[in-house]
Amino acid sequence: MDASIKKLFGLSLGLAAGLGAISGLAAETLNGAGATFPAPVYNKWTYNYGQSCGTKINYQSIGSGAGIAQIKAKTVNFGASDEPLAKEEMDKFGLMQFPMLIGGVVPVVNLPGVEPGKLKLSGKLLADIFLGKISKWDDPAIKELNPELKLPSFPVAVVHRSDSSGTTWIFTNYLGKVSEEWAKGPGNGKDVKWPCGVGGQKNPGVANNVLKMAGAIGYVEYTYAVEAKMNCVNLQNKDGKFVAPALENFAASAANADWQNTPGFFMVLTEQPGEKTWPISGVTYILIYKEQASAATAKEMIKYFSWCYTEGAKLASELNYVPLPENVVKMVKDEWKKSLKAEGKQLVE
Amino acid sequence: MPVKKMRKVLSLPDSLFHWLTMASALMIIVLMISFFAQLLWYSLPSIREFGWGFVLSQEWDPVRNLYGAAGAIYGTLVTTLIAMLIAAPLSFGIALFLVEFAPPYLSRVLGQAIDLLAAVPSIIYGMWGLFVFVPIMQKHVQPFLADTLGLKALPFFSGPQMGFGLLTSGIILALMILPFISAVMRDVFRMVPPVVKESAYGTGATTWEVTADVTTRYGMQGLLGALFLGLGRAIGETMAVLFIIGHVQQVSFSLFAPGTTISATLANNFAEAEGISKSVLFELGLILLVISFLIQIAAQYWLNKVRRSTGGGL
Repeated sequence: MDASIKKLFGLSLGLAAGLGAISGLAAETLNGAGATFPAPVYNKWTYNYGQSCGTKINYQSIGSGAGIAQIKAKTVNFGASDEPLAKEEMDKFGLMQFPMLIGGVVPVVNLPGVEPGKLKLSGKLLADIFLGKISKWDDPAIKELNPELKLPSFPVAVVHRSDSSGTTWIFTNYLGKVSEEWAKGPGNGKDVKWPCGVGGQKNPGVANNVLKMAGAIGYVEYTYAVEAKMNCVNLQNKDGKFVAPALENFAASAANADWQNTPGFFMVLTEQPGEKTWPISGVTYILIYKEQASAATAKEMIKYFSWCYTEGAKLASELNYVPLPENVVKMVKDEWKKSLKAEGKQLVE
Repeated sequence: MPVKKMRKVLSLPDSLFHWLTMASALMIIVLMISFFAQLLWYSLPSIREFGWGFVLSQEWDPVRNLYGAAGAIYGTLVTTLIAMLIAAPLSFGIALFLVEFAPPYLSRVLGQAIDLLAAVPSIIYGMWGLFVFVPIMQKHVQPFLADTLGLKALPFFSGPQMGFGLLTSGIILALMILPFISAVMRDVFRMVPPVVKESAYGTGATTWEVTADVTTRYGMQGLLGALFLGLGRAIGETMAVLFIIGHVQQVSFSLFAPGTTISATLANNFAEAEGISKSVLFELGLILLVISFLIQIAAQYWLNKVRRSTGGGL
């Protein structure tokens, strides 16, 4: 079955490539597949890049896990994943990964009588809520952090993702860092054994369920919180400051992270230091082979990724995603120089 | 013998046609067997890991790679049961009205509407369920059942009223299979020869008596067939329940509680599954196929029994 799926996939890619060649748009067609979280940006990028530079790029948002499987099967030129691969796994397959975009995961609530953006929670308290240990919104622990708010005596209704997702991976990674009980209990994964609550289908499903139930709390990608005009929670970061979810605060978490000492860019942007840092930020990655079969294709691909870091950055901000800080982009480019080879020669001068 | 003789004189196009149709029919068998075989093959790691306990365990912990199918199997069976309990009597009433009581013009219009309803894709039911029906359940139906009727003393109607869950999914499934069952039942009623009914009326029977003792009896096999058709659709339905069942792997006696079905579990997890979790999903698929298969066998058995005891023409 796997083999036939691969064959089918290869066939459809071949067809797509064939069509690209026939239309005379481009000498090269690049194929990528993976993460759904950055898909809105990737789709915009591939469209704009195709318009201005002529190279046709197909991106299929089939999920991070499937993206990793496809690049390992060599059916695509690049894979995309929200979860970084461990260094051993990359070395085993001869892959390299580099960060492409930064986004934030935001706890959202539906609390009648509480103005949007006013509720403050600590990481520990957020974990306790998702552990099912806090049953009412006027719990003393919540009141203590929010003395100025009139908290309703609603029961707390937890909403989580029902499908496995990179968003859940980032969120549970954070909860595990701020609460030992969470780390020992449900733990960190794309899907976990939720102690309580009801599931929502993807980001829009969670947003919809939260908007529908008074007293609900859930977590979504920032874009969805903005689009649905949801009531976002302020979180206490590692420096003890309460911060609101905002693009510059996601960027702060990336800027303050210690990229220099993380081999293979294995960076998880949760609970990073810094006064402005939003504690639940995430990176989405691109995966490519260190040894590229065709120098022409590889050069085209690197040209595209460089374009994404420069021209693409503005487009990303428009869609509520954070482009990579310049110092990190420089590190990525250094890594390209060091590691990428095509037809036995160094690829990037 | 005459058949064999006939075959010898088949012309080339005829024998080609013969082989072509046979190959098409054989394809069904090959497909079925290879489906079973492949599902079994991919389930092996999971079967080896969890054994028979898989079917009974409620555990679903993707972080520690511990899985059990009890929650999904329970949700599948309960939602299907609710759907059948609602859809079966309703469809019977609809079909009977269309054939026995409705004036011809109304029967035609309603019949068209049923056929149209049967053509609505299940995702539409799911979407409508999420945006329209769940709030209605949460604000009106669940409080009515639990508080106004005082049913919350029963374990089936207790717990928080979120609008999602087994009951809501069961009702949506009922609405979805309703047009299928009633369309088939309508055809069954229509096929009862008028002369049989007329002779019953002739002996002075009322409409009710004719319906209960003649029409229903005559068409019993067809009616059961209609029910099994609906059952088959409900048990494997994915999109209609995916959004409204709440997706929690548990066995809960409260119908207000969120749950999940086998097909919803598959849809939610397969894109990110790898290793043992992928194998677990294949085993769930195998279980669903086995359940459907068992229902088929039970249906055949029952139909044969009915055929022997009631006779009947359909």
